[in-house]
Amino acid sequence: MTPANPEKMPVRNSGDILLIRQTVRARTVELGFSLVDQTKMVTAASELARNTVDYGGGGYVIFEILNDGSRRGLRLTFEDHGPGIPDISLALKDGWTSGSGLGLGLSGAKRLVNDFHIESKVGQGTKVVITRWK
Amino acid sequence: MSEIVRKHQAEILTDWIKETPESTRRSDLIGETEFRNHCTQFLRALEEGSRDTDKAGDLAAPEWAQMRDLLAEISRSRVQLGFTPRQVATFVFSVKAPIFRRLRAELGGDPQSLADETYRTSLLIDELGLYTTEIFQRSREEVIRLQQQEMLELSTPVIKLWEGILALPLIGTLDSARTQIVMETLLQKIVETGSAVAIIDITGVPTVDTLVAQHLIKTVTAARLMGADCIISGIRPQIAQTIVHLGVGLGDVTTKASLADAFMIALTRAGLMITSAANA
Amino acid sequence: MERIPILKMGEFLLVSIQVDMHDRLALALQEDLTNRISETGARGVLIDISSLEIVDSFIGRMISNIAGMARIMDAETMVVGMRPAVAITLVELGLSMPGVKTALNVEKGMEQLRSMSAKNRAVRITRDARKS
Repeated sequence: MTPANPEKMPVRNSGDILLIRQTVRARTVELGFSLVDQTKMVTAASELARNTVDYGGGGYVIFEILNDGSRRGLRLTFEDHGPGIPDISLALKDGWTSGSGLGLGLSGAKRLVNDFHIESKVGQGTKVVITRWK
Repeated sequence: MSEIVRKHQAEILTDWIKETPESTRRSDLIGETEFRNHCTQFLRALEEGSRDTDKAGDLAAPEWAQMRDLLAEISRSRVQLGFTPRQVATFVFSVKAPIFRRLRAELGGDPQSLADETYRTSLLIDELGLYTTEIFQRSREEVIRLQQQEMLELSTPVIKLWEGILALPLIGTLDSARTQIVMETLLQKIVETGSAVAIIDITGVPTVDTLVAQHLIKTVTAARLMGADCIISGIRPQIAQTIVHLGVGLGDVTTKASLADAFMIALTRAGLMITSAANA
Repeated sequence: MERIPILKMGEFLLVSIQVDMHDRLALALQEDLTNRISETGARGVLIDISSLEIVDSFIGRMISNIAGMARIMDAETMVVGMRPAVAITLVELGLSMPGVKTALNVEKGMEQLRSMSAKNRAVRITRDARKS
């Protein structure tokens, strides 16, 4: 696989989240994703960006366009140096609904993408990588 | 090997072109200039990719990017011209003979080195040949997928039964991909026609597995978020049993045995009713 | 900072969200709606999201919050015009908005709100009549 054009964007505040949504939309359109797939990817990115801002104390996201022979995809890596997640398996559990205010929405975001990978160390930070293929 | 290819590129090229059997060469499909071009580029990419002997075995490494792109290009263009995947792969394999000849000439005095290098080269060329078949297969799969999608879109008619009432008669086996397309088509039609009721009839569906049941429920949930109600009709006893067995909760989704019953419910929800002409 | 305009349509309020909102705008909308419901005694709030290409958990929570506050003030919340791609994504995300009614568009939403309001009024009148 040859990742091309990695681009990096800051994730510090609400304005950054909006910009990231627009950028993910643009990239998925360029890659020819269906409307539903575009929406899923942008929404997943929005969720993770929000986590980075709200729980990670801010961080950055890296965009990578992937090319694996005949299929193309978009990979987003959200990274922060925040408090980290003490119990990842708990965070990935379902049971997060709107209105409760809590919950990282990770399980939901996971369902919106093809590949989902998370690393986190308490006191060091969190890294979430999501990939969606066309 | 990389060194040898670089040093004797011109000779290897000539030999390779000369020795390619007509069954692989297919001069009826591809002209001399283009063929020569392909071979030249191949040798160049081969030399470049195998330069670093540590990375030489890993086709995914960036050193092989040029070769990968070239092989993808050759494979796709030739297949379009009418080459079989075997012919494309054999084209790659046929570069072994001229290269081995040069290896023998250079390393003849050192049988161990010659054996090692020949083996490594052979493995590498095999990989490259197989790569072309993979490319072929993948583009084939892409074509099939696109055709399937088209067929699905054509075979999932959404029918307007009445103002504000849509019906989606599903026929045949439902798989995950098809159900997803069906779901999207129905939701789109709901918006386009402004229909607040959609009847999904599965009379013509022989079996329903967990995945399909879940997709149906997701469709109903999505429709509700949009402001429309779905009624599932045509659930035969076997399917009802399966759904209960699977433990998939249909929740508060309205289900009816027949499309006709579902239509009556839909009319009622729309505030309509059918009366006999005699009473009018 | 621009604020999202709230229109009064009879005894209901209509809000049309047409931009991708940043946090401050969303919070301002929540606040403004709560105030307007209280000021006008509106019986219902209609939120038109037909222009939204993305609804994430933040917006979902905002809508749920609005519905919660509206209910306390005896008003119904109706969300209309959700796009199919958004609906499909929300279902996958697992986001539900309990207590929020939905309709295909503003017209249908208004119709529903009116009939709900009329029903409530009818009940009240009947009760009053029996009292006297």
